[in-house]
Amino acid sequence: MLSSATTRVAETRTEARGCALMLQGVGHSFGATVALESIDLAVARGELIALLGPSGCGKTTLLQIIAGFLQPSRGAVSFDGVRIDRTPANRRRIGMVFQNYALFPHLTVAENVAYGLRARKSPGAMVKQRVAEMLARVQMTSFGDRFPRQLSGGQQQRVALARALAIDPVLVLLDEPFSALDKNLRLDMQIEIKSLLKSCGVTSIMVTHDQEEALSMADRIVVLNKGRIEQIDTPDALYDAPASLFVNGFIGHANFLKGRTSAQPGTIALDAGCALALSGTEPPPAHRDVMVSIRPENLALVSDAQPRSIAVTIRVVMPLGAFSVIDCVTASGEAIKVSQSRAAWSGRPGDAAWLVIQDISKVHVFEATTASPSIARA
Amino acid sequence: MSTPRPPGELAPALPLALVFLAAFVLPLVALVAISLFRTPAFAELSPAQYLRFLGDPFSLRVLADTVMLGLEVALCALVLAYPLALVYVASGPLIRTGLIFLILLPLLTSTVVRTFAWIVILGRDGIVNSAMLSLGLWDSPARLLYSWGGLVLALTQIQLPLMALPLINSLLRLDGNLARAAEGLGAGRVRAFVTVILPLTLPGAIAGLLLVFAAAATAFITQTLIGGGRIILMPSYIYQQSMGVQDWPFAAALSLIFTAAVIGIVAAIGALSRRLTRGLDAA
Repeated sequence: MLSSATTRVAETRTEARGCALMLQGVGHSFGATVALESIDLAVARGELIALLGPSGCGKTTLLQIIAGFLQPSRGAVSFDGVRIDRTPANRRRIGMVFQNYALFPHLTVAENVAYGLRARKSPGAMVKQRVAEMLARVQMTSFGDRFPRQLSGGQQQRVALARALAIDPVLVLLDEPFSALDKNLRLDMQIEIKSLLKSCGVTSIMVTHDQEEALSMADRIVVLNKGRIEQIDTPDALYDAPASLFVNGFIGHANFLKGRTSAQPGTIALDAGCALALSGTEPPPAHRDVMVSIRPENLALVSDAQPRSIAVTIRVVMPLGAFSVIDCVTASGEAIKVSQSRAAWSGRPGDAAWLVIQDISKVHVFEATTASPSIARA
Repeated sequence: MSTPRPPGELAPALPLALVFLAAFVLPLVALVAISLFRTPAFAELSPAQYLRFLGDPFSLRVLADTVMLGLEVALCALVLAYPLALVYVASGPLIRTGLIFLILLPLLTSTVVRTFAWIVILGRDGIVNSAMLSLGLWDSPARLLYSWGGLVLALTQIQLPLMALPLINSLLRLDGNLARAAEGLGAGRVRAFVTVILPLTLPGAIAGLLLVFAAAATAFITQTLIGGGRIILMPSYIYQQSMGVQDWPFAAALSLIFTAAVIGIVAAIGALSRRLTRGLDAA
């Protein structure tokens, strides 16, 4: 009885590991090129954070700085309030999962998992026990004697995770962890890894360019663009209340329509030929060119004109199983997509139709900048 | 899966096959045949030449020295080429271009020229001796030429490209994330090198060892010119027995024994490397 109680205490203690990470004014330059401007980020213990952004946004640079493979040009990195940006990578106790897994090809699965423990000079019996425990945790017990090349992509990823978690890290870093997996396996591995990281209670940071991956995995998402943080928020908040045109275009699908604010506060005349009355608390100033973002699922397609509806012509109807996506074009020539349940009326290509906005509070208005919203994704 | 080929398909290879037959297979058969005669006058077939070799301490010593020379040169080349390869891989494109030019340069000059360069350096009135003497560091010229150390030094420099190129190739093919993964898991630089980089570049090192060993053990010109008459190794021993003493059966037996020894050691190193790199070729 006594021994089992002690084990349980020991277990709960190892379960609740993980440190609080703090980045203050972290920046990096490669020669004259600024890769990261000034990043401030506070990550709580046990949190799962996604660094999301297009390629070249600085997310990998930031991960390398946290891991200790790169010295930041400016700023401070601290774990639990202790500055570590001068600590070499091998003393940071970080579990890193690489994009290509970087398993040691000349070592067996068990030897790979044991590597970090051996490097820390753990006693042999403890190494053996810990390796068995980690392999059981990722359901790879029977693969201990195999070599990495004899494993599938998903199995290699499990081993990479077991190897990272074996050293009882304070922080787990995952670099594009799912990009090498095929689409069917990806969702399963996302669920598996998320539940594993959560059950370990370890603070985790993953880098991804895939917004769906970030939305499904992370507690909070850091959206990076051109070396700067655009927004830090929960997946739902990012989706419902994007802080910038970039975030709006990058997270989920969005239709962008051109318009101009009228003299009356909170009303916008769309180029597509419709007047919108916004419900937002802070209406944009009058007589400005604006960009209006409406999510495809916030629109409904109807066959008759209704007040405050947008007249369109149906171009393509794509039945995608549970719902259909209908691609339309407005009188002003702007493309607009509607996503709705298959049961609703979807018309046929060439038909005239009208779009009704379901929830005006989820329509976002951004002041049109000189930069084109090229981030709008199909 | 061997599908029967139409007879005409192999015809273009026929001239080369004939050359090989005439210039390689036939002489080899002749060599075996000659080695089986008991006397230089080609009388009486017997394995006497081989028994003579095995019973003669001098001959055995020459073979052992030659094998040792090959191994020493191969190891020296490995020790010198590994840091060079590491520097090459860590450098930028400009320095790489310069380094690869310097590494390849010896291959573009003839062995005879390179050997004579070493004679100029190591000779009694050579660069090393005159520099040391005029600096007052040595009282009298040291014997660098015609010495074992001088021979190992010269052969190491001459054969270095054969070691550096396969090493650079295997280091370049190494995934940079592996070293990072080792470091991230808590391994220091030395440990990461010994446990990850070294084993994974072993195939390149073995390839280099085999090439340098075979080249150094059989380098007749360099061995003869740098070693002078003082160091007798298998190539010059064979030359002496055939052209000097005119004992063709014994020279033939020496040739075959030497060939077998070189092939045996190459095979042994190869087998060792296959055991050490078990995971790399596991499909």
